[in-house]
Amino acid sequence: MSESVSVRVNGKAVTVRAGATVAVAVLASGAACRTSVSGQPRSPLCGMGTCFECRVAINGEPQRRSCQVLCESNMEIEAYG
Amino acid sequence: MNKPAEVVIVGAGIVGAACASELAAEGLRVLVIDEGFPSRGSTGAAMGHIVVMDDSEAQFAITRYSQILWDDLRDQLPCAVEFDPCGTLWVAADENEMGEVRRKFDYYRERGVNAEILDSQQVREAEPQLRASLAGGLRVPGDSVVYPPCATGFLLQRARHLGARVLHGQPVAAIGKGVARLADGTVFAAGFIINAAGQSAPRLSAGINVKPRKGHLVITDRYPNFLHHQVVELGYLTSAHSLTADSVAFNVQPRKTGQILIGSSRQYGADNAAVDDSILARMLQRAFAYMPDLRLLSAIRVWTGFRPATPDKLPLIGPSPEDPSVLVAAGHEGLGITTSLATAKLICSQILGQRPAIPIQPYLPSRQMAAEAHV
Amino acid sequence: MDSVKHLRFDVAVVGAGPAGIAAALAAADSGKSIGLIDDNPAAGGQIWRGAQTEPRPSAKSVWFDRLNKSAIQIVRGARVFHAANGELAAECDDSAVQITYGRLIVATGARELFLPFPGWTLPNVMGAGGLQALLKSGLDIAGKRVVIAGTGPLLLAVAAYARKCGAKVVGICEQTTWPRMVRFGMKMLLAPGKAPEALRFAYDLRGIPHWTDCWPVAAFGNRRVEIVRISRQGQTSEIECDYLACGFHLIPNVELPRMCGCRLQQGFVEVDECQQTSVAGTYCAGEPTGIGGLELALVEGEIAGYAATNWEDRAKHLFAKRARHQKVVGILKDAFPLRSELKNLARPDTLVCRCEDVPHERLCEHSSWRAAKLHARCGMGPCQGRVCAPAAEFLFGWEIDSVRPPVFPVRCSSLAAIPSHTAAPRN
Repeated sequence: MSESVSVRVNGKAVTVRAGATVAVAVLASGAACRTSVSGQPRSPLCGMGTCFECRVAINGEPQRRSCQVLCESNMEIEAYG
Repeated sequence: MNKPAEVVIVGAGIVGAACASELAAEGLRVLVIDEGFPSRGSTGAAMGHIVVMDDSEAQFAITRYSQILWDDLRDQLPCAVEFDPCGTLWVAADENEMGEVRRKFDYYRERGVNAEILDSQQVREAEPQLRASLAGGLRVPGDSVVYPPCATGFLLQRARHLGARVLHGQPVAAIGKGVARLADGTVFAAGFIINAAGQSAPRLSAGINVKPRKGHLVITDRYPNFLHHQVVELGYLTSAHSLTADSVAFNVQPRKTGQILIGSSRQYGADNAAVDDSILARMLQRAFAYMPDLRLLSAIRVWTGFRPATPDKLPLIGPSPEDPSVLVAAGHEGLGITTSLATAKLICSQILGQRPAIPIQPYLPSRQMAAEAHV
Repeated sequence: MDSVKHLRFDVAVVGAGPAGIAAALAAADSGKSIGLIDDNPAAGGQIWRGAQTEPRPSAKSVWFDRLNKSAIQIVRGARVFHAANGELAAECDDSAVQITYGRLIVATGARELFLPFPGWTLPNVMGAGGLQALLKSGLDIAGKRVVIAGTGPLLLAVAAYARKCGAKVVGICEQTTWPRMVRFGMKMLLAPGKAPEALRFAYDLRGIPHWTDCWPVAAFGNRRVEIVRISRQGQTSEIECDYLACGFHLIPNVELPRMCGCRLQQGFVEVDECQQTSVAGTYCAGEPTGIGGLELALVEGEIAGYAATNWEDRAKHLFAKRARHQKVVGILKDAFPLRSELKNLARPDTLVCRCEDVPHERLCEHSSWRAAKLHARCGMGPCQGRVCAPAAEFLFGWEIDSVRPPVFPVRCSSLAAIPSHTAAPRN
């Protein structure tokens, strides 16, 4: 079993440990997850799926809570932060 | 001490707020009393669609008049009111409904309302999310959308600037004979009392027939560019016609935030505000039938509201059957937001003894007594 | 996308943290069919997040081994959003799920209380539990400077864990007073079985500055936090950091029990001695009944599991153990009350609602949560007020109103799949 997983965040390749969440991959890439309604960059707050700050698009599907999704090989993640 | 009010308005929903704003602008001393906070009733649950309707001449007259008033006001409305001139798209599922489209088109055109018939392809170009096999539709670009609680807030604020007073959290126990009495015993005397108490209107004025008609709405997360118009199925008119059966109809609205508001449902006799799972499911399935990708959108909230409905679907605007010092401004069913401004003008013209801009007979509360007398 | 899975359990347990796991295992002893439903990709909840992948053996691994060997069906990645008349409606990534149950055990745990202060919305300002969750989810924090702030024993646990992960923990800012902190330490040392844990904590945290009467006043940075300004016994100072992990203790997740019609007392689910709520056949265990930590959650879970499968004898045997651990609830309440200075951290332009970006000054215009929601839109976003409502309750004293479905945002298709053959809708 592989110890790391490779995904793409905003087109950039990011490698995280196996079992890591998409939120971690976004943080590792240096991007914020989303832009708030008044234009602020936002990243995870609660880490447990209740605050909705970590929303990104995963493989084209928008508004996914990235802290609740495990990274899978070659996932395309768009973080609008 | 403040001078006593010349007009007391019971109810700080959009109708009460519009009346307050209009009367204060005419220089009258106004007091608005609400049992809770503004927009706590039907206004707070409303969709906020400003629409010209053709159900009857009287309905057309008041919705058209009011729509023009909203347009005149639009530049003064702050951002929070979210005024959006998105227009309405009435969609026809089949040739039968296309006949209705053509009838509506002629009706509006004859009366100077801009409208455009769209065929099957054009209606999808106007709203790409609509399913492929629709027969066509009618676009009415002059219709718009507002966020009702903030629209009410704006009108009340304007009224305050012009000297009106607003009391919150004060239930009114009784009105009549130039007096409004609060539940705590406080009494306000005024030349005119306006009953704009929404669902509570029949409690305060005898002889008016207003019954709650429950509706459900769903609001989604933000999906900018999903929807461009308020889109309504022509079957909506059948739903709005039924006086007894529970019904649903496809009716969706784009909010300026990018959120989508999904409706609509109508139920008579439902007396609690709890969400009815089975009507909700029916309403959503109906919406999916017209716009399949609504299925995928994230629903954040579901709520219910009560439209104050009259048997003939026209509002009650005018003297209460039992007491001419009480003016009723209630029973607007699903057109409260639209017709609030016109209602205020008509009420104002009655108080000032001026000629109303449109004939007022169809809306007089006394018609309900007459109707009952004939039964 | 419209597919609906139908599942049936004699006992459905919602929440796979310690309380839920304990409840499911106790219920499974009866041989009945047990379902354990959780939103996360794996069981463990918050405190045991990622435990399945940790090196064995440990106290918690015993629980996971039992779980894996049992006949309990774990339904992962499922958010429960509605409950009525013996049916739960949940949503997974690829379908809706309808779960019919005979008995229901709610073990939905707790979340952190967040209080607004200038700069709290900057990236890398997160909860204390939030940081811990991200670390367990793979966040690499080696060499990074972390300030931990807020209140409660969670700060200590997070500090220890962050340090183990290679972070430089610059300091712990605890808002409670020094005397309260000392009393808390003494009580934990004296509590049964807690002394080794308390001493281990002290060792794990050696050398890390721990300040009481201390709280964050503002966070600064360009696109992420770079400096935290703290107030410490009347003086402010500034600390450079890469992460600010800040949480003000825990609030119970009572949305689902509320939806089910369970009675609450002072914000917690009211239960009888068998952990049954005011709704017959619905039980509740763990933090939603009172913030009391791991041991209490485990024993409450077990009691609920036995009671739900009519094994009252076994449940009764655990009453004494529960009573011992119940003391933690009072100890925590006494040790970490929120001080009034925290109400004044937010400036007029500090956002309170992060989903809709509603600033403090817009909330001040109103005198109730409902009015504020309707006019200022706070709490109208996807978190459904989970972040801002408790903050508003603390800041303004507003009572937060009742809950309507969906208890969690879900796809419209899932909402339409709610079982409709039920009787009258619940209030």
